[in-house]
Amino acid sequence: MVNEKLIVAGFGGQGVLMIGKMVALSGMENGMEVSWLPAYGSEMRGGTATCSVNVSDEPVDSPMIQKPTALIIMNLPSLLKYESWAVPGAKVIINSSLVEQEPTRTDIDVYKVPFNDLATQAGNERGMNMLVAGAYAAITGSITLQNLYDAIDHTFVDSKAKFAEGNKQMAKLGYDYAVEHFSK
Amino acid sequence: MARVLFKGNEVIAEAALRAGVDAFFGYPITPQNEVPEYLAREMPKRGGVFLQTESELAGINMVLGASAAGARVMTSSSGPGLCLMLEAISSMALTRLPAVIVDVVRSGPGMGDLAPAQEDWKLSGNGAYKIPILLPGNVQELANMVFEAFDIADQYSTPVLVLADGMLGQMMEPVDFDKLPERRKNLPDKPWRMASVGEKGYRTMMTLTYGRPLTEFTDRFENETMPKIIANETRYEAYGLEDADVVVAAYGTSARMAKAAIKEIKTDLKFGFIRPMTAWPFPKEPFEKIGPNCKAVFCPEINTIGQMIDDVRIAVAGRMPVYHIGNTAAGPMNTANIIDALRAYVEGVAK
Repeated sequence: MVNEKLIVAGFGGQGVLMIGKMVALSGMENGMEVSWLPAYGSEMRGGTATCSVNVSDEPVDSPMIQKPTALIIMNLPSLLKYESWAVPGAKVIINSSLVEQEPTRTDIDVYKVPFNDLATQAGNERGMNMLVAGAYAAITGSITLQNLYDAIDHTFVDSKAKFAEGNKQMAKLGYDYAVEHFSK
Repeated sequence: MARVLFKGNEVIAEAALRAGVDAFFGYPITPQNEVPEYLAREMPKRGGVFLQTESELAGINMVLGASAAGARVMTSSSGPGLCLMLEAISSMALTRLPAVIVDVVRSGPGMGDLAPAQEDWKLSGNGAYKIPILLPGNVQELANMVFEAFDIADQYSTPVLVLADGMLGQMMEPVDFDKLPERRKNLPDKPWRMASVGEKGYRTMMTLTYGRPLTEFTDRFENETMPKIIANETRYEAYGLEDADVVVAAYGTSARMAKAAIKEIKTDLKFGFIRPMTAWPFPKEPFEKIGPNCKAVFCPEINTIGQMIDDVRIAVAGRMPVYHIGNTAAGPMNTANIIDALRAYVEGVAK
């Protein structure tokens, strides 16, 4: 049974909303019920970007998430704000390229991935969001890599179809990194 | 067509196109801007008139004019804009002109804030009239209700308001446009339509009633239109009412939060649930079905003082206390607020 409540948080421009959308689309490809809710309005003015994504076997109750089962933390302010929100045992994925500070909680599972560095090494900094989504798939299992591939194929169409392959490669890179570093 | 991931505001626009909207007139306001954005892109391709007006007043008066000429017409706004439109909406009620108005609600009063809210429950212009108000609870329902709103408007010759809170407008959820409701059959052949010069059987539309009794409208509304709308268009979702110890009543996004809260609370008390899907006509029936064990009704709403709660109190008719759960100094009402309030009640009962 899947009942994932994910918050993705970071700066505007890091692809935060797109990461969340790819997770939601992947869940939908898998026949799940999903919702995607951006923080908007006054919350946007500080330059932070946040979205809440539900992926569930059952109809989604509340699109607004207050007790996330997973966090994707792309910068330090997001760690400081959302760490305390996570449920015990939550999977907390941290962009260690930008976040050097350690989480204070000991009852969460922390996965540090240097997303910016990996994207730079791959020569595709704009594809970092797919890298994150790939790593998220491997770490949580709430979506599969194939779901993500399908979501990419259905997102990058017509004039943008030429970007599908590059994005899949980035998703695979993130997925493989997580499998390599976090498999037990 | 399979499910697609769509933003609520874009769903409003797409559902309107599929309902055959001929014209859109409106003025931008957060949090509904994707509605005109989508229509501005699609209407030139798919047919129809899109016009961004210089103000909400201009927009709604163009809606009035297009409706008088027989068009399927809509506008969308948020609370501050809807306030400006009320004069024309009241005129359209009097002249019995159909149109669809979508309010993606934000918090007020005044210009207020951009935060999502459920605050325009009682918004209405001057005069003794009511218009159907639809309350979607998810993105698919938003599509269905906007689609059907055009038929309801035509069937009863009335403006119809769709109230969607800002969260519903901004969120994405799967939607299947093949699952839109059937188009209603036997809609009137626009008998209210103004005729061209020389055409017979036209109707005059008077926004002042001098020389003609106002009761032509009010009697007809009270004795013909209103009973039909109440009989045919009242909608709700409800469960667990007969043996409920506590009932939670909520609409739109807060109804989803209420369901989440009821699931999370561990208690021997039985919870019943009512979700009004129309604000007018308000569904009294489920409240009358609440069983004798029920000790309290809670109304979570994303506002500070409660608005739907007054209709709930009328429907409950003093049989049990009705409590508001709303916004706090910390922010808009949310699932945690509902859980806290219900838990405090449950623990109070246990003592």
